[in-house]
Amino acid sequence: MRYERPDTMQAATALLAGAEAKSFVLAGGTDLLVRMQNDDFEADLIVDIKAISGMAKVTETDDGFVIGAGVPSVALFEDTALVAAWPGVVEAANLIGSTQIQGRCTIVGNLCNASPAADSVPALVAAGAVAQVAGPSGTRDVAVIDIPTGPGKTSLAKGEIIQAILLPKPNARTGDAYLRFIPRTEMDIAVVGVAVNLTLNEDGTVIAARVALGAVGPKVILVDTAAKAVIGSKLEDVVLQALSESCSAACTPINDKRGTVAFRTQVAGVLARRAAQTAYTRAGGK
Amino acid sequence: MSSIAVATIINDDKVEFLCQPDETLLDILRNRLGLMGTKEGCGTGDCGACSTIMDGRVVCSCLVLGAEAQGRTIETIEGMANGSKLHPLQRKFIEHAALQCGICTPGFLMAAKALLEVNPNPTETQIRFWLAGNLCRCTGYDKIVRAVQDAAAEIRGETT
Amino acid sequence: MSFDATNSSKSFKSVGTRPLRPDGVDKVTGRARYGADFNMPGQLVARVLRSKHAHAKIKSIDTSRAETVKGVKAVVTAADLPDLTDGDPALFAVLDNCMARNKAMYDGHAIAAVAAIDEKAAKAALKLIAVDYEILPHVTDVDAATLPDAPVLNEAIFTQGVEPKSTRPSNIANRTEFGHGDVDVGFSHADSVVERSYKTEQTHQGYIEPHACVANCNPDGTAELWVCTQGHFVYRQVCADLLGIEVSKLRVTSSEIGGGFGGKTHVWTEPVALALSRKANRPVKLVMSRDEVFRASGPTSATSIDVKIGANKDGIITAATATLRYTSGPYADMWAELGAMTSFACYDLENVKTVGLEVIVNRPKVAAYRAPSAPMAAFAVESAIDELAQKIGMNPVDFRIQNVASEGTQSSYGPIYGPIGIGPTLEAAKAHPHMSAPLGKNQGRGMACGFWFNFGGQTCTDLNISADGTVTIAVGTVDVGGSRASLSLIAAEELGLSYDNIKAVVADTSTLGYNDMTDGSRGTFSTSMATISAARNAIEIMRHRAALMWDIPLGDVYWEDGHAHAAGTKHGNLAPLSVKDIAAEAGKTGGPIAGHSELVADGAGVSFATHICDIDVDPETGSSRVVRYTVIQDAGKAVHPSYVEGQYQGGAAQGIGWALNEEYIYGEDGRLQNPGFLDYRIPVCSDLPMIDTQILEIPNPKHPYGVRGVGETSIVPPLAAIANAVSNAVGVRMTHIPVSPPRILAALTDAKD
Repeated sequence: MRYERPDTMQAATALLAGAEAKSFVLAGGTDLLVRMQNDDFEADLIVDIKAISGMAKVTETDDGFVIGAGVPSVALFEDTALVAAWPGVVEAANLIGSTQIQGRCTIVGNLCNASPAADSVPALVAAGAVAQVAGPSGTRDVAVIDIPTGPGKTSLAKGEIIQAILLPKPNARTGDAYLRFIPRTEMDIAVVGVAVNLTLNEDGTVIAARVALGAVGPKVILVDTAAKAVIGSKLEDVVLQALSESCSAACTPINDKRGTVAFRTQVAGVLARRAAQTAYTRAGGK
Repeated sequence: MSSIAVATIINDDKVEFLCQPDETLLDILRNRLGLMGTKEGCGTGDCGACSTIMDGRVVCSCLVLGAEAQGRTIETIEGMANGSKLHPLQRKFIEHAALQCGICTPGFLMAAKALLEVNPNPTETQIRFWLAGNLCRCTGYDKIVRAVQDAAAEIRGETT
Repeated sequence: MSFDATNSSKSFKSVGTRPLRPDGVDKVTGRARYGADFNMPGQLVARVLRSKHAHAKIKSIDTSRAETVKGVKAVVTAADLPDLTDGDPALFAVLDNCMARNKAMYDGHAIAAVAAIDEKAAKAALKLIAVDYEILPHVTDVDAATLPDAPVLNEAIFTQGVEPKSTRPSNIANRTEFGHGDVDVGFSHADSVVERSYKTEQTHQGYIEPHACVANCNPDGTAELWVCTQGHFVYRQVCADLLGIEVSKLRVTSSEIGGGFGGKTHVWTEPVALALSRKANRPVKLVMSRDEVFRASGPTSATSIDVKIGANKDGIITAATATLRYTSGPYADMWAELGAMTSFACYDLENVKTVGLEVIVNRPKVAAYRAPSAPMAAFAVESAIDELAQKIGMNPVDFRIQNVASEGTQSSYGPIYGPIGIGPTLEAAKAHPHMSAPLGKNQGRGMACGFWFNFGGQTCTDLNISADGTVTIAVGTVDVGGSRASLSLIAAEELGLSYDNIKAVVADTSTLGYNDMTDGSRGTFSTSMATISAARNAIEIMRHRAALMWDIPLGDVYWEDGHAHAAGTKHGNLAPLSVKDIAAEAGKTGGPIAGHSELVADGAGVSFATHICDIDVDPETGSSRVVRYTVIQDAGKAVHPSYVEGQYQGGAAQGIGWALNEEYIYGEDGRLQNPGFLDYRIPVCSDLPMIDTQILEIPNPKHPYGVRGVGETSIVPPLAAIANAVSNAVGVRMTHIPVSPPRILAALTDAKD
């Protein structure tokens, strides 16, 4: 096995593109090193991208925010402009693991690990985030929702690296929120995760909505029926009920050591309602 | 696998070591540098026993490659006391009986030190959530939380 | 020398204070050496190959390719550990468990092991060991294993304890029965009866330090073992027996121990490390991974328990029965028996009967876990007691007080109680402000009682007085949570010295006589008794020396407050001699001064506790949080109250974890799904509130200072206290531990339908 720490993205993608067998990108390492503990793990190449310039930075631009692939989650929380713009994304990223994990883990890693239960992914999808993908033949932008294709699988081609996540500038009167269910208060993988992103008009009516679910299907689910249920409303009880039901209906979970089908389906609806109420308040709704 | 040469600063000392690409910082500390105060409880980042401070942030050293330590500054439990003078957290852990078996103690002390550096006056809830990645199976955490509160007060100059 | 262990009421100077622990600085500076922190010259690294099958016949093992890997120095299988157990089934179980002989009995069962110059070579070799398995049908569930169609896991096991004798092999290894009176008559006098079935899932002790040892067999037949253990003398005996080493030629040193809770009372991999060292002729270090700890070391039993309790309208229990099924893993043991003994121990019952059934399953060999078997029985019984109190309209505390055991009560498992603390803990609970504090919306309060026997056993202590008058005590019980501090207090108290003058060390097996292990809450109880005895022996010698120094008759020298005094007035104005004075002259008065003690500590007073807890439940998600928790327990006499509180808090936290989220989850394939701290969910710091403690002191009449063991009882009540609190919060009776969110939500949904 080789460990490489290139200082340009070009060199990094070239290394990955040229690798003959299994190769991995190392950013925070909080998933990769866990996998490396497994006796069956094999790798020929690990490419540490943290020495590449820009990887460790959050940049605010006219269009929004560029979050480098090496930015640890805790640094998102320390960026006050980002917290003000996308509190739901930041709270989701800050739910990943412990304090120790927070100092290392990245939202790009969370996305590329392609766990259906990744906390930050529903929040990014609800926020309409885009992944900036670097490859041997240049860069391309891909909607975050199109990155994971199933448990542990992504749409990235050989040699491609997500170098940054692009978050748009939120429209006026926009608020997002992420809630997840875990059995303990910390340290668990999400049993259900729900992200809601709402934009209101001046009188508090929802004019745009995105609702995304995690851990209730093979990949993140964007629930159009849930968005439709809340658009044009002020989140009246009956609307929240419809939102809740549409989210439960969208679930295609499994029974496993972390939860049951019935539990996940039921709790997805509950969390959707609660997350929507938080997002609504953050958007300025009363 | 060819060895990688790494230069780093550990507990204020310049330290150079050779490592294999798949060796973790925890392996390096314990097996190559003799810094066995950092403990391994799980190897997967779930217990916090191997907590060390890297460039000011507390991390699980089992989830850092040794090669990644190049150019970094690392603090371990062996560097916490100032000569024979214990850090207030170390002293308060003993005074409050905040350890029983003690295997988790170095990790807790590293994590608590990092907390008090960013938040000198944490609430009980903040302490509990900050330390949620450090498992203790002996104490029920009660006396650990009290020791951290008391050490924080002392560092702030409110008690002695 | 004869030793009078009777409690004499006295006032204490050292005992009951809270000095700093002697091992504190080592532990906060990282200098304390645990199992994995020791190395030897030329040491090899060992790794173990484990079965991924729940139940499989081992047709053959081919290690030839593994042996050719560069750097591999030894490969062992069961063939390298010949059966020397001479028909001892308990010893055979240890042997077969540390290296499977004919069958793999669970996911994680050791099959072979490798010692190599480094981890990489060892791992590479493991992959080249070819095992030919014949997969056999498996059963992991406690109830499923007792069904007629269950695969019989061990053809040699016939249910013991039944009449007529069993003629067909069975997964029920033994049946035990306890009780007195006539339960049928008792139930006929009952006005209300509660009858329910309960289940608890398997949990692990969850010590943060994985098992670790360094083994070194020398060509001259001597051997050493450095190991994290709760009982190095017991490890020495077991390892010597299994390896065919003379006991005195195996020196076992206990490292600092990173948690045990019963799990490090059993020998797991140490014989394998020794066998590898013997074969390689090099020291071998073997450290389990966390995955191995969960898959292959000591979980507690999973259980299924039926309880029936009847009471008359005055609140008197007229009859009580319980049938308790406990899994024991692949080998017969006594876990159900302990459950059957402890279940009704808190109560004074006229008619009671309990039956324990030990169930063989394809899970790891069950190990002791803090008051082993008692928490599950208490969960079932204390749940039924609570429900019965509600049914007859009595407050649950008053109902328990009405039926509580006290001095003179015949316990449900036989003995007549001496002075005991269950009544006082209940009275204290009734009076505790927690009991009357207001509850918020969606909150429930629960309480429960718990019992543990406490053990005594073989104990040996040396007490040496140095030339400067300071004292070392060498003890043979491993310090799992502060006993070096408490034993130093004891020595200081008895000698009349300051705590700072005493240094306690845990001696290795070659430097002290045999000691039973630190289990059964015996560490401080037993070793304090031996320490007091050793101190009294040393005092006797110091009296002699003082008599010599003064040249007066021995009978005229008495000992008080750390000094020899000359009695009466006939010897003039002799200034009292301190320990320091006497020690300084020891070379001229007969040589070094020491006190020794070897004894069997009898009379470990039984232990009781009552816990109160408040739980907040989210009725929409089934999420629950403990918002307040109070432990009230009898300590006899708290030697170092901080560490007594620590035991109460730690036991409660473990019980809370067991009650809410911890469980072994097996797949259909019989493989463990959650062998790690990510999905085996022990409580984290943010899960718990402060845990309030109240120490009661009802002196143990059979200990000089009244001490009782305190280590275990605190894990007994939480399962029931939590289940009662959750049941009260949601209005549905919870009967399956852990009461995890999916179980709570399902119960609420079922209740609505």
